[in-house]
Amino acid sequence: MSQPLDDIPIFPRLPARFLRVAPLAPVALALNRLARRVARSHPSMFRRMGPHAHARFEIDPTDLPFVIVIEPRGGAPLVALSRQPKPCDARIAGPLAALLGMVHGAYDGDALFFSRDLTVEGDTSAVLALRNAIDAAELDLGAELAEALGPASGLVRRLTEFGERRTGVALSRHEEIETW
Amino acid sequence: MEIVCPAGTPAALRAAVKAGAHTVYCGFADETNARNFPGLNFDRDEMRDSIAFAHDHGAKVLIAINTYPRAGDEALWHRAVADAAKCRADAVILADIGLLAFAHQNFPELRRHLSVQAAAANADIINFYGRTFGVKRVVLPRVLTVPEIAAINAETEVETEVFVFGGLCVMAEGRCSLSSYATGKSPNMNGVCSPASHVEYHEQGGQLDARLGGYTIHRVGKGEPAPYPTLCKGCFTAGSKTGHLFEDPVSLNAEALMPQLQKAGVTALKIEGRQRSVSYVSQVVRNFRAAVDALDAGRAMPEGMLVRLSEGQANTTGAYRKTWR
Repeated sequence: MSQPLDDIPIFPRLPARFLRVAPLAPVALALNRLARRVARSHPSMFRRMGPHAHARFEIDPTDLPFVIVIEPRGGAPLVALSRQPKPCDARIAGPLAALLGMVHGAYDGDALFFSRDLTVEGDTSAVLALRNAIDAAELDLGAELAEALGPASGLVRRLTEFGERRTGVALSRHEEIETW
Repeated sequence: MEIVCPAGTPAALRAAVKAGAHTVYCGFADETNARNFPGLNFDRDEMRDSIAFAHDHGAKVLIAINTYPRAGDEALWHRAVADAAKCRADAVILADIGLLAFAHQNFPELRRHLSVQAAAANADIINFYGRTFGVKRVVLPRVLTVPEIAAINAETEVETEVFVFGGLCVMAEGRCSLSSYATGKSPNMNGVCSPASHVEYHEQGGQLDARLGGYTIHRVGKGEPAPYPTLCKGCFTAGSKTGHLFEDPVSLNAEALMPQLQKAGVTALKIEGRQRSVSYVSQVVRNFRAAVDALDAGRAMPEGMLVRLSEGQANTTGAYRKTWR
């Protein structure tokens, strides 16, 4: 049997149930702003994706009651949330913590695939291009969010650190310490 | 011993250097290297900047130009060698005899290593490459036992580099046509084994099917570890029997054999995985650097923690210990 990687945290059931009925539009609005900010600060990510920067991706956090549809659109990204699966070129599914951990370099995508914590369907080339482009960009969504909120950035950083300690989820990128 | 670490992106190269890599190997973003996957590899500016970063931190960079030039398109491969010299690479890793001759004649100062793709598995052929093309190091194919490696080292001045961790091939490196048979593209000519454009996954009821070029090559049940979608790791049914026809989906881990490899005269230990993430590179390099330092200092080697990063979540010492002989 496969060994799950390091007990990947699962999103708690109670708040996940609340999200079944909560309005998704405010979350989508915030994610779109964050995506546009990331696109401005990491244009090379879209170059690295090549032709796949125009694919449509369904990101399915399997412990949340909605999917995230991302269209990179060559650097002008569009994000939508949906409670129903949408037709997309590729689908990447796994626990939210695994997806965030991959973005922040805490987990290796291939290892998540070997352990069956991550599922990939559709255009495998597009998935690889996205995975490699994100890995190369060394994204830090926690830092991007904090900077986007200007005067509240200090508070957001502290909340992010607190959230990471409490949940074990990689909400930001931790700089590699030089060992040698 | 030197550890030679993979990098598919500039971020992975920086991570490898910070984690203690003595040397990093990487490739240009085209068909000239055997890891030509979407979103991977270096453009010329990235390569120049990454080499400068590595040199500033005391590490070396080798550029793999280890596919076989296509007739009529040799210029792409020649340009890659010229650009490697321009980017101040410490060496190029080549497989094709014509390309070795080109590099030897036109860039004699650029150190040349022989790729595993050349499948040079005895002292005679290694010495031929050394004499004829000035090859300084050979990456040995994963077909040899430790005593066979020692025998080679006793008969050659060319340095030897061996794989110690990562994915395994079917021991016919540079000669494998399985991917080509199913997809029309191969690692030898196009730099892609099982190109992602020909791979499809389908999961239903926890059962995962992988298809390559339209052929279902393996099916794993709920909770079973998944392998890479390569034909050599395929699981096939014939008659009443189902099994892995070529090899089991496991990764090489020769960490425990490092003392024997050192005694066998090996110069460098190579880690496979240019297609892997920054996270993989950091963890594996840190692990092997600690092991090499412990070995050099005569201390007990730290216990590795790498099995979860391995294909099929299982490890083997491969041909180094040929238990099937």
